[in-house]
Amino acid sequence: MSTATSTAVLDQPPAAAWPPDRQLGTASPAKIAMWIFLVSDGFSFFALLLGYGILRSGSSTWRHPGEPSLSIPFTALLTFILISSSLTVVLAYDASLRGRQRQTSAWLAATALLGSLFLLGQYAEYFGILHPGLIKEGLVLGKSSYASTFYVITGFHGAHVLAGVIYILFVLVYSLRGKASTGLVEVLGLFWHFIDLVWLLVFTLVYLLQAT
Amino acid sequence: MTAHNETGELQPIHHEPTSFFLKYLWSTDHKMIAKQFMWAGLVFLLIGGTLAMMIRWQWAFPGAPVPILGSILLRGSGGVIGPAQYMTIFTTHGLIMIFFAITPLLIGMFGNFLIPLQIGARDMAFPWLNALSFWMYALSLVLVIASLFGNLGPAGAGWTTYPPLSTNLGTPGSGQTLMVAAVFVTGVGSIMGGVNYVTTIIRLRAPGMDYFRMPLTIWGLFLTAILNVLFVPVLGSAAFLLLLDRMFGTQFFIAGSVTGAPAGDPIMFQHLFWIFGHPEVYILILPAWGIIGDLFSFFSRKPANFYRGTVGAMIAVTVLSAVVYGHHMFQTGMSPMLGKSFMVLTLIISIPSVMLVLNWLRTLWGGSIRLTVPMLFALGTMFVFGVGGLTGLYLGAVVPDIYLHDTMFVVGHFHFTMAAASFLATFAGLYFWFPKMFGKRLNDTLGKIHFWMSSVFITLVFGGQLLAGYAGQSRRLYDPYQYSFLTRLHGLNRWTSYAAFLLLLGQFVFIFNFFRTMFFVKASGMEANPWQVSTLEWAIPSPPPYHNFDTIPIVVRGPHEFANPVVLERLGRDWIGQAEELPEAMPGSARKAGT
Repeated sequence: MSTATSTAVLDQPPAAAWPPDRQLGTASPAKIAMWIFLVSDGFSFFALLLGYGILRSGSSTWRHPGEPSLSIPFTALLTFILISSSLTVVLAYDASLRGRQRQTSAWLAATALLGSLFLLGQYAEYFGILHPGLIKEGLVLGKSSYASTFYVITGFHGAHVLAGVIYILFVLVYSLRGKASTGLVEVLGLFWHFIDLVWLLVFTLVYLLQAT
Repeated sequence: MTAHNETGELQPIHHEPTSFFLKYLWSTDHKMIAKQFMWAGLVFLLIGGTLAMMIRWQWAFPGAPVPILGSILLRGSGGVIGPAQYMTIFTTHGLIMIFFAITPLLIGMFGNFLIPLQIGARDMAFPWLNALSFWMYALSLVLVIASLFGNLGPAGAGWTTYPPLSTNLGTPGSGQTLMVAAVFVTGVGSIMGGVNYVTTIIRLRAPGMDYFRMPLTIWGLFLTAILNVLFVPVLGSAAFLLLLDRMFGTQFFIAGSVTGAPAGDPIMFQHLFWIFGHPEVYILILPAWGIIGDLFSFFSRKPANFYRGTVGAMIAVTVLSAVVYGHHMFQTGMSPMLGKSFMVLTLIISIPSVMLVLNWLRTLWGGSIRLTVPMLFALGTMFVFGVGGLTGLYLGAVVPDIYLHDTMFVVGHFHFTMAAASFLATFAGLYFWFPKMFGKRLNDTLGKIHFWMSSVFITLVFGGQLLAGYAGQSRRLYDPYQYSFLTRLHGLNRWTSYAAFLLLLGQFVFIFNFFRTMFFVKASGMEANPWQVSTLEWAIPSPPPYHNFDTIPIVVRGPHEFANPVVLERLGRDWIGQAEELPEAMPGSARKAGT
């Protein structure tokens, strides 16, 4: 009997059919890796926002005389554009699920366009297109913590949007050739939603909660 | 058989590239990348060690010209280390050892080599990203070397690079900028590696390789990779802000009184740095714990005691490591209530740590211990980690820390845990897996000499630091004996330095052994499984073929199957492989063990 028991312990059948992990095992490596990367990237934003919090809570005057305040209506428009782009990327994924390649391409192009519009808006905010822009109004990197944290946080986010737009264009090229798999669009969608989510935090913490 | 088809689909067999460039430089083979990390890591370990000898020379014979090295490196001062040069030497020593020697060896080398082999995969999930990760590290090495020749001297703000010393006010040289950039770049590489490791372990485990059948080494590397992915970005952000301060005139870390206008906060850097920095010390020790946990079982010929408990303890330490960073900052004017909270959390870590050590001891207890070279190194690791862990209790508690903060006691403590334990565990692993990597064994006698010289002298060196610190010697003093109350420590420091020089001498035994075996010993006559252990990598030829496994093995049992009477009866040996079929256990079984 004891022999039989030991044998049973020793020679167990494979715990489950491949893949071994029911929760994560069916996800593609790319999808898992993107999730892990997004958590990681989230921590770099966390560090910057924490620094912002420390500096702001430790200062008596955050916005010094002569420094402009940030325009909420204009940035609200940018936020709206970015949220809309989250919708279009979902529609691209949905079209991809249904196997409609041309529709997928169209929605991807729309997403890239909205992302570019956001970047254009950020350029206008910094350097000015119709208005003078924040730099000319006196918000200069290095002049105050208010200015420096603003440019670092929004600039880092902007760099993500730029990377995201380039990423979309790559997927778009694949999609136009009919080679974009659903997984490719889905993983892209994860990244794009992440950028949106981070922007909502930045918009709230940096713009909405402004020092008066 | 569907299992095999899906496995094959996910991991097709590629042919080995034949061009020099693809085989040796831009190799996507995890085994080659591991060897790249090994060579670079060992070279930088030697560089970091040599710098340490210069520090020890200064404490033994302050103001005397450094023999041999002095005439090469310090020609301007006639071989004498000056105060500014001393700053750059200990800074470069610390940064090189942590980021460019131990990290690549423990994580880059073992992570790359072992993860696919021990979980039964043909390569990493993203081989191309893996190569990129190594070359990011290589780029950072270029920056490190460039920093040594920077205008106004190399980096000199200590390994923690605290501002305002690390800003242009304290270290205006380009060396400091390049070093911060190097840490940033190697951090990017670490994150790439981390994402790859975690994905590989989640997704590419062979059928039947449950999380609780993974060798402890893989658990250690897995948890390390998770910590890397989570906390290296925080260091990246801090380094990025510091670079902006240094190069673009921002003042994130420069306080108002210096700048004339209310601006940044130097303490903020400490927060960001230690949010990363405390997990970092576990990043360096978790793979070591995993490796020695496996080795204790392998060479006691017993299953690891309470395997799940060991894994649980490692997970607990990983989680706790994220919430204790404040114990580095008791002296920064932190609220006493916050300090107490950090103290309690810090001391709680001793519970899982002690559980680990007790599990190791219980594994050894009553085992048929084989004192091979890897086993000796593993035992040495446990000892020095024990000493390091116990001294950590003094520093983790607020009251003794007020006395011991910034003394050599701190230096001794973190050298015991991060340096001695990681160092000895690296060699435990290297002696153990060298046959797998190169198909031949390192010489045993030389290995034992190397072990005794390393473990004895490393204990003496860092023990001497603990004593000096307890007697009140502050760290980072160029010439401690300028303070009259420290003059009496000169003898202690000199003897500690002698131990350090002998420690270096012992490493030449390893270098000799390594090169002799690598280039002058023929790879033949080694048994396939020289240590007679059960994990997957020993069931395939050494060195493994390019695609590792001809067929992906089906794992049927845990990693430490030793001393089972049924196995002894049917196979005549005391171990059975993780994917090996037990003869006549299941009559008519069609499953085939991965060979």
